[in-house]
Amino acid sequence: MHSVTVNINGKECNAREGSTILMACKELGIDVPTLCYHPDLSIAGNCRVCVVEVEGWKTLVPACVTPITPNMVVRTDSTKVRKTRKLLVELILANHHNNCPECERNGNCELQDLAERYNIRFNRFQTDEKPESSVQVSSAIMRDNSKCIMCTRCVRTCEELQSVAVIKSVGRSSEIHIGTFDDKGLGDVACTQCGQCINHCPTGALYEKDETVPVWAALEDPEKIVIVQTAPAVRVGLEEALGLPIDHHTGKMAAALRRLGFNRVLDTDFSADLTIIEEGHELLFRLKDALVEKKEVPLPMITSCSPGWIKFIEHKHNDLLDNLSTCKSPQQMFGAIAKTYLCDKEGFDPAKIVSVSVMPCTAKKFEKDRPEMNDSGFKDVDYVITTRELARMIKEAGIDFDHLPVEKFDRFMGDSTGAAVIFGATGGVMEAALRTAYEIATGEEIPFKGLNVLPVRGFKGIKEASVLLPDEMAEGWEFLAGVTLKVAVAHGLANADKLLKAVKAGEAEYHFIEIMACPGGCLGGGGQPIPTDMEKRMERMRAIYAEDESLPLRKSHENPEIQLLYAEYLKEPLGHKSHHLLHTKYTKRDRF
Amino acid sequence: MEKKVLLAENQPEFGAGLEKALNMTPADVVYEVRDSGMKGRGGAGFPTGVKWNLAGAASSDVKYVICNADEGEPGTFKDRLLIEKYSERLIEGMAMGGYAIGGSCGIIYLRAEYPYLIPVLERARQNFLDRGLLGKNIRGSGFDFDIEIRPGAGAYVCGEETSLIESLEGKRGEPRNKPPYPVNSGYLDKPTIVNNVETFCAVPHIILNGSEWYTDLGVGDCTGTKLFSVSGDVERPGVYELPMGAPLKDLLELAGAEDIQAVQVGGASGATVPASGINRTLSFKDLPPGGSVIVFDSTINMVDVLENFMDFFVHESCGQCTPCREGNLRLMHAAQDIINGDLCCKACMAPYFELAEAMKISSKCGLGQTSANCFVDIVNNFVELSDECHCGEYRCEGGDE
Repeated sequence: MHSVTVNINGKECNAREGSTILMACKELGIDVPTLCYHPDLSIAGNCRVCVVEVEGWKTLVPACVTPITPNMVVRTDSTKVRKTRKLLVELILANHHNNCPECERNGNCELQDLAERYNIRFNRFQTDEKPESSVQVSSAIMRDNSKCIMCTRCVRTCEELQSVAVIKSVGRSSEIHIGTFDDKGLGDVACTQCGQCINHCPTGALYEKDETVPVWAALEDPEKIVIVQTAPAVRVGLEEALGLPIDHHTGKMAAALRRLGFNRVLDTDFSADLTIIEEGHELLFRLKDALVEKKEVPLPMITSCSPGWIKFIEHKHNDLLDNLSTCKSPQQMFGAIAKTYLCDKEGFDPAKIVSVSVMPCTAKKFEKDRPEMNDSGFKDVDYVITTRELARMIKEAGIDFDHLPVEKFDRFMGDSTGAAVIFGATGGVMEAALRTAYEIATGEEIPFKGLNVLPVRGFKGIKEASVLLPDEMAEGWEFLAGVTLKVAVAHGLANADKLLKAVKAGEAEYHFIEIMACPGGCLGGGGQPIPTDMEKRMERMRAIYAEDESLPLRKSHENPEIQLLYAEYLKEPLGHKSHHLLHTKYTKRDRF
Repeated sequence: MEKKVLLAENQPEFGAGLEKALNMTPADVVYEVRDSGMKGRGGAGFPTGVKWNLAGAASSDVKYVICNADEGEPGTFKDRLLIEKYSERLIEGMAMGGYAIGGSCGIIYLRAEYPYLIPVLERARQNFLDRGLLGKNIRGSGFDFDIEIRPGAGAYVCGEETSLIESLEGKRGEPRNKPPYPVNSGYLDKPTIVNNVETFCAVPHIILNGSEWYTDLGVGDCTGTKLFSVSGDVERPGVYELPMGAPLKDLLELAGAEDIQAVQVGGASGATVPASGINRTLSFKDLPPGGSVIVFDSTINMVDVLENFMDFFVHESCGQCTPCREGNLRLMHAAQDIINGDLCCKACMAPYFELAEAMKISSKCGLGQTSANCFVDIVNNFVELSDECHCGEYRCEGGDE
């Protein structure tokens, strides 16, 4: 696209031909308000608040849609533009249940911002009663259409990023609303509960099912022993959610959790390392079965950490369920180990344990309620709160996060390695698994500079890598000598869908695939701070790899507490106890 | 007075125009239509020849010719008459459009309420097939063309060409963002022309008689003739064909309108003219004539009419864009408030005029851009607003700038 001269607000400037007026204005630092626009999504052009004046046009034009042409004369600041935008915001507000102080998104709402910006003190078009709240509940996602402004960002997210497409515009004119087929609840359709719709909603029409109330109650109950785990991606999002400058201090997060009253502050990173041990061995044994025993083994093996992804494959590609690793997700491994091993070590009564999980994810709320997740003899994980919910608890408790000391996680399930931290980014599980599996099979470190498996990093939708195994292998793994291990990584369910279709069509052959439901992996999860866009995802990803590099241990099998767990309790990877506590099975679900 | 071309007693043989066109180059057909100055007969008035030229220039091996027979504007029934009596002329015009732009697929998007016209169109198609005027290699010219008849699903907005295309693709009938325009990327993302029934029916006459002949039919700088569906308080409701640019008065005389309070030209989204305006002309420059002309006599309360139309738009907006979805609802409430005496003064009304203007300039498609016309016209011409406010509402006390 070459540069052309345009005139915006009376000033000659250069813009790229064919880019939209909105993009050109952004690049030139000219502010144009938006609501239905989101950089992750296709252009809808339906809210109209970005309208601008273009010379020669009878009507105003939406800046998000209209391409720049040479010598275009644009006004973004005329009275006509300002008055029209203000009126449009009034129209939206007149049909919006604006109970701002009681809203999930109070203080972080794009509509509220516009109302403030356009100085709306009195709505001239409030000609009828405001819509009443109408909350639809599912395991993780709540929808209140009385706050919906019909921007269709959720619809486009569900379809374009996730290829789930269970929500659509239904009805027309003033009856229009976002709904599902036959207006069934989100829990009764093929929704994956990934929560990306929440992250892309400009208002409070979508939010997670709050579990802070029972967590507060548990914390205040002296009979209970409340333990908490925090996922890798939470530590790179929490400060954002608190509205604080970002220095990604995991130690402050641990301190805050302790001050909230959790009896043990532990780490999902610990169980991420555990997952790698189990899953790495599972992969090696599947390869052994295939190559040595010549058995029909489901390959490629596919990761199972992301519960949105699991629900997706159970609905849409359930002929491939045997390809899934049988490993539980780190959250659920943690839950099962906490109510068994940890209780043994600490002398806790597992019946008194309340296991709380802090996740960048909404689908984890669904996952913890799966009926099979009670191998400890109790419900393995009791409550799941998102990064956003934890931030709300910290604020409510009046904790001055910025000035907290740096503290450590508690013992037995608090140690982790850099391999666990990178679980939070797309490609991280793959990289962590390769670091460990390669070393088990060869006895050598993986031959990537600084252990950084760069081909599986970054934001490309589908990434591929191959690792040539050497001729000299460790004892027992000689059959892998000279084998090229082929792997792929996909993030965002639309990419996952594409990758699986290619695998089914025989267009691509891999041994191992990592899939994360959310764009960017967990760092871009549905429970992460809003807004989440490419800029934020990149920042969080940088933080994750920086933390990995800064840690003394960067391979899961070097985690001393993991070594202790195996020595004292599990005995061996894929052993009897592991099978009982750490592995699971999957369920076929309806396609629609 | 009446000038019958499309509705003439003695019509050229069906197919004659197509046969003549096949002996011309496609570009010459486009130029002839362009030179005729014909503007789209659906109401928006885009020059047909320009549209065809753009679609002709678009490069693609597949192009579509779509006839918009989704005649849904309240008070319009001229296309129904054309299909009933001249469906072969329509098919002929479409085939000529296909030849002109280099497309061989025609689709008639027929209003859901006209299912009884499907057999009529099917028969016309069969006649043309039988005579070798449709199908493969028409009259040895190497040009293939056939049509398909597709009923709509009853949405007014699908008269808007991009909504119509969405509907044809099996999606919700919602207008698309433009650009791209259908001439470049329309049905199934292929270059597409969408024209009204009357537009296609006029094309064979233009080709047979020449663009100059067509131009001369109109009054002043208007070209051709136009069909009007006249209804309401008239002696002789029906379809009339007049030169484009004729005074409204002529049409009203033909239809026998005696007691005139108001005339709505161009349907609910058109202009509402008080009796004093009957000397205005039926032309794209003055009163854009979509086809519907509704006469209201002095017994009618025009605010009731307004409420009825706003109710129609509230029902028919697709709901996609803010100004149309929310604006029509608020204008309907305003009409109800006028009826109830709750909107009493100019200050009370001011926000609604501002709303009407915002809808006109910021809605996504023609529906929202024109649905406030009747509100503005009727309130301006038929509602008395006092200078002083009696309601004491905050909004009348300078609640806003």
